[in-house]
Amino acid sequence: MTSGTRRTGLEKIMKTVLLISALASVLIVLLIFVFTLKEAMPAFREIGVWKMLSGTTWRPGNGEFGILAMIAGSGLVTLGAIIIGVPLALGTAVFLSEIAPEWIVRVVRPSIELLAGIPSVVYGLFGMVIIVPLVRMIPAPGNAGFGLLSASIVLAVMVLPTIANISEFAIRSVPRGYKEGSLALGATKWETISRVMIPAARPGIISAVVLGLGRALGETIAMIMVIGNSVILPTAMTDNPLSIFLSRARTLTGNIAVEISYATGVHESALFATGVVLFILIMLVNSSARFLLKKGAQ
Amino acid sequence: METEVTRMQAEDYSLFYGQFKALNKINIKIPANRVTAFIGPSGCGKSTFLRSFNRMNDLIPSVTTTGTVYLDGKDVGKQDVVELRRKVGMVFQRPNPFPKSIFDNVAYGPRLHGTKNKSDLAVLVEKSLRRSALWDEVKDDLQKSGMSLSGGQQQRLCIARAIAVNPEVILMDEPASALDPVATLKIEELMNELKNKYTIAIVTHNMQQAGRVSDYTAFMLTDENRSGNLIEFGATKQIFTTPSDSRTEDYISGRFG
Ligand SMILES: Nc1ncnc2c1ncn2[C@@H]1O[C@H](COP(=O)(O)OP(=O)(O)OP(=O)(O)O)[C@@H](O)[C@H]1O
Ligand SMILES: [Mg+2]
Repeated sequence: MTSGTRRTGLEKIMKTVLLISALASVLIVLLIFVFTLKEAMPAFREIGVWKMLSGTTWRPGNGEFGILAMIAGSGLVTLGAIIIGVPLALGTAVFLSEIAPEWIVRVVRPSIELLAGIPSVVYGLFGMVIIVPLVRMIPAPGNAGFGLLSASIVLAVMVLPTIANISEFAIRSVPRGYKEGSLALGATKWETISRVMIPAARPGIISAVVLGLGRALGETIAMIMVIGNSVILPTAMTDNPLSIFLSRARTLTGNIAVEISYATGVHESALFATGVVLFILIMLVNSSARFLLKKGAQ
Repeated sequence: METEVTRMQAEDYSLFYGQFKALNKINIKIPANRVTAFIGPSGCGKSTFLRSFNRMNDLIPSVTTTGTVYLDGKDVGKQDVVELRRKVGMVFQRPNPFPKSIFDNVAYGPRLHGTKNKSDLAVLVEKSLRRSALWDEVKDDLQKSGMSLSGGQQQRLCIARAIAVNPEVILMDEPASALDPVATLKIEELMNELKNKYTIAIVTHNMQQAGRVSDYTAFMLTDENRSGNLIEFGATKQIFTTPSDSRTEDYISGRFG
């Protein structure tokens, strides 16, 4: 065999190896989905997909398996985390990429990376000890501190590193020429950041937020520890509609984790169905984000 | 020369990047409504000097300066930098339109400086694009992204963007070096038009270009410490035909640099 054919042979093998590794992750995702779906089928068949999705009561003892309250719980807590977390993360990213002197960056960036390494359960403890008592001080009837607001705050801190890191990278990647062009026209630093840098970094910032969303929807243990876990459709507790965030709630993830250890039969299957819904929800978020990215790129 | 009005001036101006002295005691008077070309070998400080006029060097933390740069007799260091940069516009070597529409690119500066009214902006955008000789090529679709234009069109868009804030001076750092000959010619013609209204300072490596477009030429060269010095400054015709310094003659005739 000549060295030429040996090299093309190696090339082919490498290509196959790489293809297999790429396909492996696709396969694993598919397998997980299929097996979860298979376990969920009895529940979907017996209870009905629509009845599960639209049902507001979850009483496994009574054969009632509505998960709307959990969908609302997951949705609201994620929304809350994004509302609190995105400005915080974006502020951090802008500060680190454009404003902070080098030595501050050297202190702040590692601490943010450290934040990403803290286990969820520790965030849960932090939420129980610090956030919940603080939230409890908000005067509203029935406010126990445990609920959507506390959970949103904890979750916001948890997604901060992801969003801040990727956004910072996106802002740093904006071509120098844009910034100089703007400043040379007499724009202030802040005008340059808000009118040129952030819009130019938007695709990256959107992916950052989506990754954060995915992480938020999937978070389990920290949520169980601070959200109160009651299966109720969250409602406003006072005249102020924002008081909905003081309500207790349960997330889709929490529902599975709390009950799976003792569930049997349809109940068990219904928990798998909860997993399927969560899976599809995350997929929807990701694909809508990709759509937004494409639109932003045009 | 004596009869010219001075728009910008440097007086014993030196600039340091940290310990390194990049510009050494430069004295020059840039005449109003003329094109002044800066020529000299690579690394002699042309860009650095040009960026001193609109204080773009402020962006580099290690930079310190001595001496003074004036705009209309006023120390630029003591002026509000935002206002200074409105009066002293800049066109960069690589065309750098924003990733926005053609309209928004040109309207960017005026919006910053307070023009909010839609019809005022439309008038201003058209006027600027006409003046930069781009209007006819883009008037059908001002909403198209500025990035989708050709390199030469992008550079004229950047000139329109600079003109739109009604500056007194336009600094151009090798504005045509990334362009093909046809686009280069367009930019050169444009400079001839623009000097009626604006004072233009241009850096170029192209001797023919300097000869064609400029009224005055400044020749810079590094000394034994690699610091940039102004060797000679005068009417372009005189610099190109009867330079008083032999180093200028050597450079222009292509004997070094
Ligand atoms: N940001 C910077 N930090 C440190 N030194 C710099 C910086 N920018 C330029 N210099 C140095 O200053 C000197 C002048 O650079 P400048 O870019 O002004 O030269 P130039 O005449 O424009 O060269 P060219 O014709 O290649 O564009 C060079 O020695 C260069 O290495
Ligand atoms: Mg240069």
